[in-house]
Amino acid sequence: MHLKLVLKSVKKHEDEEDDTRRRQCGRNVVKKMAACRYGPVLLLGVVALVSHFSNASTPNNLEETSEEPKSVDGADSVLPERADTRESNEFSQRQDDSNAWHEALESGSRWEATEVENLREEVAETFDSARHRRYDDQFQEELVIRPLNSGDIYSSFQFRTRWDMDFFLKGKKVADYRLFPKSLGQVITKFSIRELHISFTQGFWRTMQWGQPFLSAPPGAELWVWFQDTVIDVDGAWKELTNVLSGIFCASLNFIDSTNTVQPSASFKPLGVGNVTNQKFLRYAVLPREIVCTENLTPWKKLLPCGSKAGLAVLLKSEKLFHSSFHSQAVHIQPVCQDWQCTSTAWELRQTLNVVFDLHTSGQSRREWSLFKMFSRTLTEACPLASSSKIYMDITDNSQGELFELSPVSPIRRQAVVLGDRRTYSVYDLMTPDTFGMLRSLNILLRWTMTDIAEGLRPLLHGERYVAGYGLQSGEIHTLIYNNHPYRAFPVLLLDSVPWYLRLYIHTLTVTSKNCENKPSYIHYQPSKDRLRPHLLEMLIQLPPNSVTEVMVQFERALLKWTEYPPRPKPRLLRWLLRH
Amino acid sequence: MAAPLTLVLIVAVTIRAVLFNSSLAELITERVEVVSPLNAWKRVVEGLALLDLGVSPYSGDVFHETPLIIYLFHFVIDYADIVFMIADGITAVALYLAIQDYNKGVFRKQKYALEADRYPHDCLELIRTPKEMYYIPLKVALFYLLNPFTILSCVAKSTCGLNNAVIALFILSTIKGSALLSAIFLALATYQSVYPLTLCVPALLFLLQRLYIPVNVRWASFWLFTVQYAVMFLGSLAVIVCLSFFLLSSWDFIPSVYGFILSVPDLTPNIGLFWYFFAEMFEHFRPFFICVFQINVFFYTIPLSIKLKEHPVFLIFMQIAIISIFKSYPTVGDIALYMAFLPVWNHLYRFLRNIFLVSCVLLACSALFPVLWHLWIYAGSANSNFYYAITLLFNVGQILLVSDYFYAYLRREHHLTHGLYLKRKDGSEATLVLK
Repeated sequence: MHLKLVLKSVKKHEDEEDDTRRRQCGRNVVKKMAACRYGPVLLLGVVALVSHFSNASTPNNLEETSEEPKSVDGADSVLPERADTRESNEFSQRQDDSNAWHEALESGSRWEATEVENLREEVAETFDSARHRRYDDQFQEELVIRPLNSGDIYSSFQFRTRWDMDFFLKGKKVADYRLFPKSLGQVITKFSIRELHISFTQGFWRTMQWGQPFLSAPPGAELWVWFQDTVIDVDGAWKELTNVLSGIFCASLNFIDSTNTVQPSASFKPLGVGNVTNQKFLRYAVLPREIVCTENLTPWKKLLPCGSKAGLAVLLKSEKLFHSSFHSQAVHIQPVCQDWQCTSTAWELRQTLNVVFDLHTSGQSRREWSLFKMFSRTLTEACPLASSSKIYMDITDNSQGELFELSPVSPIRRQAVVLGDRRTYSVYDLMTPDTFGMLRSLNILLRWTMTDIAEGLRPLLHGERYVAGYGLQSGEIHTLIYNNHPYRAFPVLLLDSVPWYLRLYIHTLTVTSKNCENKPSYIHYQPSKDRLRPHLLEMLIQLPPNSVTEVMVQFERALLKWTEYPPRPKPRLLRWLLRH
Repeated sequence: MAAPLTLVLIVAVTIRAVLFNSSLAELITERVEVVSPLNAWKRVVEGLALLDLGVSPYSGDVFHETPLIIYLFHFVIDYADIVFMIADGITAVALYLAIQDYNKGVFRKQKYALEADRYPHDCLELIRTPKEMYYIPLKVALFYLLNPFTILSCVAKSTCGLNNAVIALFILSTIKGSALLSAIFLALATYQSVYPLTLCVPALLFLLQRLYIPVNVRWASFWLFTVQYAVMFLGSLAVIVCLSFFLLSSWDFIPSVYGFILSVPDLTPNIGLFWYFFAEMFEHFRPFFICVFQINVFFYTIPLSIKLKEHPVFLIFMQIAIISIFKSYPTVGDIALYMAFLPVWNHLYRFLRNIFLVSCVLLACSALFPVLWHLWIYAGSANSNFYYAITLLFNVGQILLVSDYFYAYLRREHHLTHGLYLKRKDGSEATLVLK
């Protein structure tokens, strides 16, 4: 097994950066510049870059998971593999206030790489119901809170529902979904899905300041699905599935069509059990323009067994969650092993929600956080259906309380090691009544004692990209991938899906590290077809230690028909109206 | 005559070589007036790069050259500059020889007519002298080689130059009377860009005229020769297409090259009329107007062939001009080819009505193209309407030019039969009107 460190970075659509750029784009910008704003006719669209850092092997890889399929043991609280999303634009970084990317250049903020980890704990089987014991269905909830050195707070929720239904046994009539949401269960059966991963993200993950996220997600919506090998018309099933999911999640997933769907040849592997690697059954699409808001959160919460009535989910109030720097919610469905020997499989539904609150959105100057301040709720009980319900507070850098004070203090500590980085967590178990104390309510309070922002380690691997050139005719996409490891080289798989209206010229592709050409050892390129399919570029690049690798490719913008221009986001119109 | 031609060739090659090595070459390569999606050098290189990656160049929508072109440049990619200069040289020399031969024929015909006393007496000033006809072939070569449009097209390495060379060779072999070579080159030109298909009518008319076969449907020899020519043309076309199939062992190039030319999916701005029109059109009208626009290119063949069946070389000129105005992805290289013929018709000068206006329009538009492009694409102070307005004006100018020549040619022929000073029935002075 290898732990896959995933780096994903998605080029945000320019519309959103438009105003900033227009101000900065002089008429004679000749330096390495981001492209100017779109004219009424030419358009630079979405460039979705998804770079997968495969094989980023970890020095202290957890041995016990290395032999067995992932998520074998229901008791393992496997925090999802974590990755980083990052976008940077040199141009917009240079100055400017309103630009959301401005902080990306503050290279002072360095952060250590975050790790994939495996927190082992005992199963607290609380279900006495014979039904649940027989099927061994489980629901676990956990919340990891991590104070970031920048003063921001990163909260990561994870809800895992296991449904003991062997998907390899075909033709079984499903009557009882038990804890598993029926809507998704029916979708799995109807479309013969093997794995489904969907994420909705608002904002950019700032790797330089925040380190690696637990789970990477590009801005907007991302969907990738493995179908079972019994599916004959994969494209038809994909089309129908996106429409169904669009309804389930109240999202514009119905805009996924052949022009933004790709079939990566090497970048994705099934995360669950089974080793199907026929890429024919894989579909991947990103909708970077998707705006994530309350209407996406509500159906997401409804998938939980307790809804938002009890347990950790009571904290998920949209008025707070969407008032944050970064918000990402995801649903992952994959088959896992039921037991250690993997004699039979079960479906696992993993719902994650990551949110980063910063000091400024709270509108107060005191550097103080609590569950109530973040979520405007406190915790009073665990979900009665949950077999485990815990809060992990990352206190690695705070062993002596030099960074912040924590109250109430939990006596339980847990350690996990990944990527050579030992993290310590203070654990609050919501299944034990002691946790809630006298007030019958848990409100973890964190008060910073450090006033200045500490410097973290640089992330081990991160990337950024920008568009160079000026004018509407052509440009260059530059992707910079940093390997900050002092002596290790990493092979990196870079996936780029570029819409057809940016015509890539593959002969201009150059990959340079340390001022010399770094020829990719594997290139898979599928040119676009106008109005039919996007460009797909996959490359395996070896990153030399302590280096910056630059991938550059030229493109030309196509002239679109008048109906093909994407709608402009409303905020822009408002800003425009206000200015004039 | 060989010495001046050599001199012109040397000058032309020098200019091109200097430009190839200057920083201007890169700028010219990017100009939409000079290169179109169909013939841009950047796309040829991209096609070769795709082949190297093991991807069919036709699987994407960037490469639209024919398989023969890709195989040509597969071997001579390093000498591309020289190939394009040679192509221009071949075009110029072929046109030179063709026009020399044609002028001989014209002069001979005129001599016979004079001897038979067929011209009215007041038309003597319309009679062409050997002296004024002597330098016409050289002027044609000069017009082609030193035309800024040709030079730009060559420096941009637009494959339009190669197509022009093929068409020039077709004209040469037609005028020399070789039906087989004419059919082969016509097939090659058709294979390259579809539209030269319409040139088969003037070629056939010329060859028939040369063999003294009257254009009459009741004559068996007329049908015999027509069928013979058609078979030669279709046969060589089939051979070329099959050769392309065997080069890439797939038929992908048919939709990617000819489908692309005919259905105009790529709306990159150019000096033609298609891009803006189809970018702004309601989608459900698109198939209809595609048909209308494409039929427009081919349709003029019928009336023009009827009107000009006695003058096939002028018909060739008209057809080339119409193709370069109305084709889906025109570039300045196409215009350069028909402009090379203008010296051939300099005896029509006295009948041209608005040559001054047209020249001014064409010159002004040529200057305004880069200006409005800059305003639209770089300065952001204009939009596509501005650029299209100039495109429209440029094409109106070209149409005026061509129709002016057409009128002048017909008028001269009219005068040669009816006398220069026309009188109405009542004895007053009459004027000719083109209807």
